[in-house]
Amino acid sequence: MEFKGIAHKFGDDVNTDYIISGRYKFKTLDMKELARHVMEDLDPDFYSKVNKGDFIVAGKNFGCGSSREQAPLAILNADISAVLAKSFARIFYRNCINTGLALIECDTDQINEGDELEVDVEKGVIRNLTQQRDIPVKPLPRFMLKILSDGGLVEHFKKHGTFNFD
Amino acid sequence: MGKTIAEKILSRKSGQDARANDIVLADLDFVMGQDGTSPLAIKAFEEMAGKETFDPSRVAMVIDHSAPSPLEGVSKLHAQMREYARRYGIILYDIGEGVCHQLMPEKGHVVPGSLVIGADSHTCTYGAINAFSTGVGSTDLAAGMMSGKLWFKVPETIKFVIHGQLPPGVYSKYLILYLIGDITADGATYMAAEYTGEAIRALSVEARFTISNMAIEMGAKAGLMEADEKTMEWVKRHTGQPFEPVQADPDAEYYMVKEYDVSALEPQVARPHTVDNVVPVSQVAGTTIQQGVIGTCTNGRLEDLRIAARILKRRKVHPDTRLIVAPASRRVMLDAIQEGVLQTLIEAGAAVVTPGCGPCVGTHNGVPSDGENVISTANRNFKGRMGNNKAFIYLGSPATVAASVITGQITDPREFLK
Repeated sequence: MEFKGIAHKFGDDVNTDYIISGRYKFKTLDMKELARHVMEDLDPDFYSKVNKGDFIVAGKNFGCGSSREQAPLAILNADISAVLAKSFARIFYRNCINTGLALIECDTDQINEGDELEVDVEKGVIRNLTQQRDIPVKPLPRFMLKILSDGGLVEHFKKHGTFNFD
Repeated sequence: MGKTIAEKILSRKSGQDARANDIVLADLDFVMGQDGTSPLAIKAFEEMAGKETFDPSRVAMVIDHSAPSPLEGVSKLHAQMREYARRYGIILYDIGEGVCHQLMPEKGHVVPGSLVIGADSHTCTYGAINAFSTGVGSTDLAAGMMSGKLWFKVPETIKFVIHGQLPPGVYSKYLILYLIGDITADGATYMAAEYTGEAIRALSVEARFTISNMAIEMGAKAGLMEADEKTMEWVKRHTGQPFEPVQADPDAEYYMVKEYDVSALEPQVARPHTVDNVVPVSQVAGTTIQQGVIGTCTNGRLEDLRIAARILKRRKVHPDTRLIVAPASRRVMLDAIQEGVLQTLIEAGAAVVTPGCGPCVGTHNGVPSDGENVISTANRNFKGRMGNNKAFIYLGSPATVAASVITGQITDPREFLK
């Protein structure tokens, strides 16, 4: 899982209602439609700015709030390749792994809005191409990488019928 | 080195020597979903080509968040849940049975020392009876229903030692609001909380549920308590199934130990729009309110309704204020009828609605208007939580709500308990 794209920066405590507002969340299960409104309350033009492969880069406690999976699914369907944050809320973290959205904990103060990044999720490497430096990363545990590289928990179960970490 | 309650339960259920920060695959004792999360889980279950559940007697779906259905779209989702329950033989609690977090322990599905997941963030409630229970998303629920297993990162634990004795008229809700105000909304993220000390032991099991219920509001994955004689007695009244409680070792390693003395604690209130925005009631007393809500998985049990009825007996809800009461379950509602508690509340002017989550999550049954202030016994006061992002939600105990709807403004309930 190697990605290259531009960083779109957000602050601390971005909750699941900011990621996708309740105005849309309860109306439809069409994730492509939900994706058009991702992060809208924080940046109304966000969806139109994003190019395939770009990153959401945020502060601490990203994804706090509800347990609903519409939040990572909306991000995924907006063609964001990974979310980088100082820390994640626990249920959101699980939901990302399970829906196949890559996420990385790191010191995001070393990334500015618009920086070009190269990220290797499996190796745990972030290269800030704009600032020409590497950012140390806490690598994902093997269990989670396995689910993520299968494309999420549904695909993992389709492939193995149950949890399989061998 | 000894182990925390979380490490012990996850060791038992994974068959490994589980320590904080390990990742384990563990066997689940019970799996639950509600009507906001089950439909997506059913979809994932089908996509995973699920043929059956790991054990239909250990899987339950609860229709409580929008119950009875207020909308056609929701009715379709409820129909899907009923159809799934019929096809796979799992347990279904339909409209009117009550809030999932009341039903799981009340129906005997949760016992000390067990491992439970629920696709609802307040699943941490059952930590009060020594179960490691935690909220997950819909895909986790689907995998759990199918395999009876789930992966867990073993959490570090913060131990809260609560010394002293709560003064008269000061309830467990004030204690947990106080702790959340102190440690903040993300102070225990990724971690388990253990609540112990003589002030916890002095509480009834019902009052303890209120504390564990709100562990998630400090970011915690679980809110655990040790099982004492009160726990054993309570659990045996609700189920005949065998169980083995778990105690923390005296030399267990904690991320942090926080000690408090609550002998002088005052009633607390959380102000809009975050749960950790907590102040003593004296700082907000006099704030005009338009609506009070008594109920929810935090404070909708019989003991809570009794406290409210004691204050509202032979008194009336203020003419400019409304009171909504949603008992946590059908059982609670029947007991409250039998004792005359519900009659007292209705005579005082309460509108009683179907046992369920409606008023708290803003799906129906009491959406406030623009600019209105609400005082509620719920666990969240986020902007828009009750269905209108121009309303203001204050959180208190059933006593605070009862006293406040009489005067029409936020009131220290101790004035009515003398």
